Amino acid sequence: MLKDITLGQFFPGNTIVHRLDPRTKLLCVILYIVALFNAKSVLTYALVAAVLLVCILTSKVHYKALTRGLKPVYIIVAFTAIMNLFFTGGTPVADVWLLRHITFEGIRSAIAMVLRIIMLIMGTFLLTYTTSPISLTDGLERLLSPLKKLKLPIHELAMMMSIALRFIPTLIEETDKIMSAQKARGADFESGNIFQRAKALVPILVPLFISAFRRADELATAMECRCYHGGEGRTTLHVLRYQTADYLVLLAFLALAVGIIVLKHLGL
Amino acid sequence: MEPIIRVDHLTHTYSAGTPFQRSAVQDMSLEIRRGEFLGIIGHTGSGKSTLIQHLNGLLKPTEGHICLNGQDIWADPKKIRQVRFQVGLVFQYPEYQLFEETVYKDVAFGPKNMGLPQEEIDRRVRASVRAVGLSDEMLEKSPFALSGGQKRRVAIAGVMAMEPEVLILDEPTAGLDPRGCEDILSLLRAYHTRRGSTVVLVSHSMEEIARSTQRIIVLDRGGVRMEGTPAQVFARARELEAVGLDVPQVTKIAHALHEKGVAIDPAVYTVEALQKQLLALKGGRAVC
Repeated sequence: MLKDITLGQFFPGNTIVHRLDPRTKLLCVILYIVALFNAKSVLTYALVAAVLLVCILTSKVHYKALTRGLKPVYIIVAFTAIMNLFFTGGTPVADVWLLRHITFEGIRSAIAMVLRIIMLIMGTFLLTYTTSPISLTDGLERLLSPLKKLKLPIHELAMMMSIALRFIPTLIEETDKIMSAQKARGADFESGNIFQRAKALVPILVPLFISAFRRADELATAMECRCYHGGEGRTTLHVLRYQTADYLVLLAFLALAVGIIVLKHLGL
Repeated sequence: MEPIIRVDHLTHTYSAGTPFQRSAVQDMSLEIRRGEFLGIIGHTGSGKSTLIQHLNGLLKPTEGHICLNGQDIWADPKKIRQVRFQVGLVFQYPEYQLFEETVYKDVAFGPKNMGLPQEEIDRRVRASVRAVGLSDEMLEKSPFALSGGQKRRVAIAGVMAMEPEVLILDEPTAGLDPRGCEDILSLLRAYHTRRGSTVVLVSHSMEEIARSTQRIIVLDRGGVRMEGTPAQVFARARELEAVGLDVPQVTKIAHALHEKGVAIDPAVYTVEALQKQLLALKGGRAVC
């Protein structure tokens, strides 16, 4: 059950998508989202989907990994589909029972919304699948660094983020271990009503919190031992530099976003 | 006699269908005999942890079967909790799983889940806390106020309190000082002799296994590499070294002496046994 959570999971590889500068990828994802939310017609959807497909294929991320990442949002997708299906005004499909509430416009917008959510999640997941958390936060820090002038603690935020991302798999593993150990003592997490189930979580949460605090403490000590003192004057091991490929990819995504917006205004 | 647990062609594959797919256990078959003190030894990644999590049904075999008292434990998945009460598993660093306010409540967690009556829970908690060498006044203390070694004993008592037919311990001495290790091992030996129930000790330390167990199974890369009595296993020191394991230091000395032409049995694994042999040898020479 916990193994389904793939958030922030990185699949190492050595494709062009993996090698791109994390800043490029972050900017591309933003441009991709802009394009996706401006897509209205079949043509524009197809364009965005084609770009996504090209990215997935070149990244060589296994399609199963992508669909597995979608699992937690299936409920949201289904809910959106049903809401759109039944609550969009227009011409009814047929004049019998339930079908009276379903309109052609509803079907259209349900499909559009579902596609939009799935493509949105796949696109953003592709970013975390192909970029290691460290280079991702590195890229984020560099992108946001102009805000340092406004005295915003960008480095600290980036550090917090990379630590959080780094520890998600560790904590999941830890939770799995604690769950197994309590199950070995006959703990039952799968039956009972909601209150019994909530109570059954105590034997997991108490050890989990204790170990998280212990880890935090140890990490802080280890960082201090290595003279960590914040972002001031700190240099990085891998200095980020845009390559030709980065400019080309950025240009392509910029063209996509602008193109979709233009097409939208042309009514296509 | 019917073995208490039989592992039959067990294979377990983690993360099937992802780039991380790997088989931790591959076509493994072994038996755990009723009432024995069994040692399972293997290098990191030999499949030890995966194997023992199958024995009480925490993991489901990808292929193969686990039989407890001749019954496939997965015959009825709804009854898997019953299996966990019969096969008690103590994880590595079990003190990290303590969660209750008092030692008493924490040890009572298992028996309570079994649905036992209050008096029986009370009896078991007191008996198992005593079995791990803690005094009654510990019962009302917070488990978090105890020392590392004491916490570990409380955690072991928590599984013993279920009075399982088989008690499995994964590296119960990891991270303890030599004194703490010996304390845990001797309480396990005492538990085994007193109750006559089956105990499985999983470890990577040969010294530990040699001192306590009656039979050893050596795992390597997800399969059984060797099995036999400590003497039989330690006689094959070269093979053990090939799978990244060490023999007890005293066995090494015996092997070295044997190679130098001293007439002793190289398969000794306790200091006392070697001492006896050497004394006998010396006595023999003195006579000549």
